[in-house]
Amino acid sequence: MNSNRIILLIGGFFLYLIIQVLLLKNIVVFGLAFCFLYVLYILLLPLEMKTIPIMLVAFVLGMGVDLFYDTLGMHTASLLALAFLRNSWLKLLTPTGGYDENLQPSMLNMGFGWFTYYSLPLILLHHFIFFYIDQLGTNLFLAGVQKVIASTIFVFVMSIIVQLMFYRRRRGI
Amino acid sequence: MQRILLFLYRIRAFLLFVLLESIAIWLIVSNNSQQGAVFFNSANQYSGRILQTQRNVLDYFSLTSVNKALVDQNAALLAELEHYRQPVDSMFIPVDATMMATFEFKGAKVINNSINLAQNFITINKGAKHGIKEGMGVFNEEGVVGRVKGVTQHFASVISLLHTELLISSKIESSEVFGSTKWDGKDPKKAKLLYVPRHVELKVGDRVVTSGYNVIFPEGIPIGKIIEVGAGTETNYLDVTIELATDFTRISYVYLVENFVEEELEILEDLN
Repeated sequence: MNSNRIILLIGGFFLYLIIQVLLLKNIVVFGLAFCFLYVLYILLLPLEMKTIPIMLVAFVLGMGVDLFYDTLGMHTASLLALAFLRNSWLKLLTPTGGYDENLQPSMLNMGFGWFTYYSLPLILLHHFIFFYIDQLGTNLFLAGVQKVIASTIFVFVMSIIVQLMFYRRRRGI
Repeated sequence: MQRILLFLYRIRAFLLFVLLESIAIWLIVSNNSQQGAVFFNSANQYSGRILQTQRNVLDYFSLTSVNKALVDQNAALLAELEHYRQPVDSMFIPVDATMMATFEFKGAKVINNSINLAQNFITINKGAKHGIKEGMGVFNEEGVVGRVKGVTQHFASVISLLHTELLISSKIESSEVFGSTKWDGKDPKKAKLLYVPRHVELKVGDRVVTSGYNVIFPEGIPIGKIIEVGAGTETNYLDVTIELATDFTRISYVYLVENFVEEELEILEDLN
């Protein structure tokens, strides 16, 4: 990793955080589909990054989002689970011949099918934990499931659009 | 011994995960109390500033509707004032302490608001410096909005009425029947009126307002009107759905109310 990429990663962190809390926070389609696009930042961290640094980044990012959503700890808890499982999941999905060096696990690099397998379960897990905590103590399980499914689809579609628009092949942001 | 250390080293990622996750869960639990520290939410100095700047920009888009609401309320207040104006040939007699104003009102601007989760909070741009205290009631020209959870120097965090654990003591205006308003987490336009006994006859369209038993709000602030009365599953109480008077999708300015005699009332109630 050269310094250029590190600057891009740090810049990306703040960009995702600011866009999430100032812009995407207000986008809730039909009161069901939330746009938690910041998970894409954790999903697209470089392949060679170890689990521990990823978790620390996820913790800070989650706290940042929580601060503005007034959902203290909820985004953090769910994002941590995603960050913890990310590398094991990546290992399971290793294509024959292994990953290339210094690669970003994005759709442009790995193809649409692979990216779907990679991101969809992780996004689903994140959203499930988030909405499960949110509806604890109420009897809204069904409404929660609706939100999970709607938001997962929304975030997945958004993440594809964002990658097509703002990412380049084989490079950082 | 070495083996144990080696084992711990091998699962270090998992241990860190457990540690961080416990911190997150501890934060969730501690945040769920009705009153408490507010450093780690949008009422803290830094996020508050950012949200205020954002709100200042967005405000230009809602000027028309805010103006209209303020004009409407001005008109209503003027009409009410007319009622109290002394006729020329009348005499003024000061009333005693029991009839004196027991509430004080303050105004504030909403800088952060959410309606789609099960536990929603609002952030306002006034804090301890402006005399905001924990537990103050919050309402706007339409109706009840919520209750102050915690304050920092310049901002305050408000538990929205759209929070599944906030109960507001209320009554039906026409029949004086008491109940508690609580949001059920589904629709930000509707809430439930709890603890209305079965024998009470309710009409759809009855207005629900805050009750006088409530130490947070003055009596008679609108909460909503009844739109549905069902048998419900509980044996003793009706299942009453009300349409909230406040449109939470576009709250921009709110009023805060402080009860001067709240402490006195609480001491008295503790004695019982």
